[in-house]
Amino acid sequence: MAKYKMHILCCGGTGCRASKSDEILENFKKIILEKNLDDEVQVIQTGCFGFCEKGPIVKILPDNTFYTEVTPEDALEIVEEHVIKGRKVKRLLYMDPDKKEHISDSKHMNFYKKQIRIALRNCGFINPENIEEYIARDGYMAIGKCLTEMTPEQVIAEIKLSGLRGRGGGGFPTGLKWEFASKYHDDQKYVVCNADEGDPGAFMDRSILEGDPHSVLEAMAICGYSIGANKGLIYIRAEYPLAIERLKIAIKQAKEYGLLGDNIFGTDFSFDITLRLGAGAFVCGEETALIHSMEGQRGEPTPKPPFPAESGFMKKPTNVNNVETFANIPVIINKGANWFNKIGTEKSKGTKVFALAGKINNVGLIEVPMGTTLREVIYEIGGGIKSGKEFKAVQTGGPSGGCLTKDFLDTPIDYDNLVAAGSMMGSGGMIVMDEDDCMVSIAKFYMEFIVEESCGKCVPCRLGTKRLYEILEKITRGNGTMEDLDLLKNLSKTVKATSLCGLGQTAPNPILSTLNNFYDEYVAHVRDKKCPAGQCRHLLKFEIDPEKCVGCTVCARNCPVNAITGTVKQPHTIDQEICIKCGACFQKCKFGAISKK
Amino acid sequence: MAVIIENNTLKPEQIEKIKNICKSHGNNENNLINILHETQSTFGYLPKEVQEVIAEELNIPVGRVFGVVTFYSFFTMVPKGEHPISICLGTACYVRGAEKILEEFKKELGLEVGQTTKDGKFSLSCLRCIGACGLAPVVMIGEKVYGRVTPASVKDIIAEYK
Ligand SMILES: Cc1cc2nc3c(=O)[nH]c(=O)nc-3n(C[C@H](O)[C@H](O)[C@H](O)COP(=O)(O)O)c2cc1C
Ligand code: SF4
Ligand code: SF4
Ligand code: FES
Repeated sequence: MAKYKMHILCCGGTGCRASKSDEILENFKKIILEKNLDDEVQVIQTGCFGFCEKGPIVKILPDNTFYTEVTPEDALEIVEEHVIKGRKVKRLLYMDPDKKEHISDSKHMNFYKKQIRIALRNCGFINPENIEEYIARDGYMAIGKCLTEMTPEQVIAEIKLSGLRGRGGGGFPTGLKWEFASKYHDDQKYVVCNADEGDPGAFMDRSILEGDPHSVLEAMAICGYSIGANKGLIYIRAEYPLAIERLKIAIKQAKEYGLLGDNIFGTDFSFDITLRLGAGAFVCGEETALIHSMEGQRGEPTPKPPFPAESGFMKKPTNVNNVETFANIPVIINKGANWFNKIGTEKSKGTKVFALAGKINNVGLIEVPMGTTLREVIYEIGGGIKSGKEFKAVQTGGPSGGCLTKDFLDTPIDYDNLVAAGSMMGSGGMIVMDEDDCMVSIAKFYMEFIVEESCGKCVPCRLGTKRLYEILEKITRGNGTMEDLDLLKNLSKTVKATSLCGLGQTAPNPILSTLNNFYDEYVAHVRDKKCPAGQCRHLLKFEIDPEKCVGCTVCARNCPVNAITGTVKQPHTIDQEICIKCGACFQKCKFGAISKK
Repeated sequence: MAVIIENNTLKPEQIEKIKNICKSHGNNENNLINILHETQSTFGYLPKEVQEVIAEELNIPVGRVFGVVTFYSFFTMVPKGEHPISICLGTACYVRGAEKILEEFKKELGLEVGQTTKDGKFSLSCLRCIGACGLAPVVMIGEKVYGRVTPASVKDIIAEYK
């Protein structure tokens, strides 16, 4: 990057591209060219900066100016004012919500202060479509070091010493996994990258692949070297077209540079990587199902053992790791295991990337050291709850995880603490909920997802989750009984204990954790026929306060089933028998005369 | 978008196209899913006739192809509308009101999930997270992503395509 005096970095992640960041990029390029600045100023498209809430983001280097909510029309002003005259465009700077002042350098923003970026080190810094920018930031140095200075055993020992655990959800020690895979000998072995990212509401792996694809390729080659495999496969969801495109470009460039292919760095180690596309099935994130899917089969899991390390893709020894797990590897090799294992807690080393979403002010992608508390993540980095509402719960671990209450806000985040709290780390989805979210509905939401995604191979999961869903549906409609709550709990335990794969074994977790932490809310639905959050439509009651009603007739005219009667200038009434609880009247009344309970 | 297959019979050049796709993947049944992806992006959907050709080329039973097509939600055996509308029902979108957006689309288009309008213009489906959770709730029409959709804005979005 050296030859330019200034760099304009435009975010090219999926989120910002949905808000016209492509046009912003084009405008910058055009204007820089028109003003003959193209020798001094470089315009590049990077991966996600993480601060999706305020996107599209444009960053100017070297002064680190961080512009938010930029529109294509703003490009001209940024060039004329900032690039040419050196004056920052104040109105586009981030406004600190507490101090009410503009912050120009991203380093001083609360969103970034507590973050340590290892897996995301290059996201938002480099052009992911240009291998030279990756190389300029120590890219492909780690594989060079492994091939020329380390034996495969030494690489594995280093990863073991680092304490890195799998970021795909299970948290299995990565070095140990590689060691197992290295012990099986065969004429062909495989390295597989799990880029299926099935948790709905999580986008960590996508951002890494879009923003820094080479780090994953490099790590896969390192893994191949240490376990004795010369073929790599990336299983990626078809829903991520941009990540697929960037991976294809990265693989092609790495081959051109001799960093993938035959005799890498002139050694006798060869490694090649190909892509396999997923086709929209959550269970394919489970490693045995993933392997069947890569073989062109239905993605149904099979019992373990045998583990993939013994018999995986095409029945050959296979090592499966998650995208984020891989993204950590080159840094561990470059900086050393003893640098890495100083970060984090005793049993969970390093950092974790989370996709923060839901009712939170700063939605986005963050990376924090293990041991950071939920409170720090939600209130300091996340900027607290949207619209000043009350925090109610945070969901981690996706459909396999649970909902944690405010009692857990000071829990340091690591694998073991989250499990002890009744949830799990999962792959990194973190959904924040406020007082308007009904916990029974959330449990139902996840169950509906599971019913759709269960592959149907084993009975407890196929039928059990369907029954669980039906009971929840019954409760949200106000027809539940107290016995149903016991049934819910017992059936959940049975499904967990008897399902074949991880999907069924963890599927009831959202129910169990909400039953545990929000039992009163279930009781309110069942006994009082009330939804405290006001979300379950069938339990709502709309009423007109005769004191406040002025008889304007607006509600009656908007009610789709004519449940409202009354004469002009007289208080109106709602016939509860006819009312379908659509809420149309509630929204239309200008006098606040209609209450929703 | 969808290629019309008349009278449920493929034209010779259509058969040729499928054969070429299979060949480019070495007629290898392990590549079935990649083959189906490519074929669907050419034809817009994967009707029975198309599956038969693929089975023939890869030398596997049609039932095996059918089993895979029906297992994965990405594959469809009915043509989608000219403007396929997908509502994200991922968790982030759900807690930010995606269900209400879905209701609004159903009402405006008179469609249920999985259906296509009579004029073939719009079809409605759901998906789980496209990774733009920061913009929740999110709707995709074709390749275009709409973020921070409100029930009130649904009419205007549809109007763009009318
Ligand atoms: C139902 C189910 C879904 C899963 N989905 C994913 C996924 O989307 N991405 C992922 O990396 N791992 C997923 N896993 C975990 C994988 O099976 C596997 O443990 C992981 O890819 C191993 O990589 P790691 O050790 O680097 O975490 C899933 C597991 C289950 C049971
Ligand atoms: S637990 Fe569910 S997803 Fe797993 S094998 Fe059984 S039916 Fe399939
Ligand atoms: S809209 Fe409000 S004020 Fe008007 S008639 Fe209805 S309840 Fe009364
Ligand atoms: S949940 Fe809708 S885009 Fe992620």
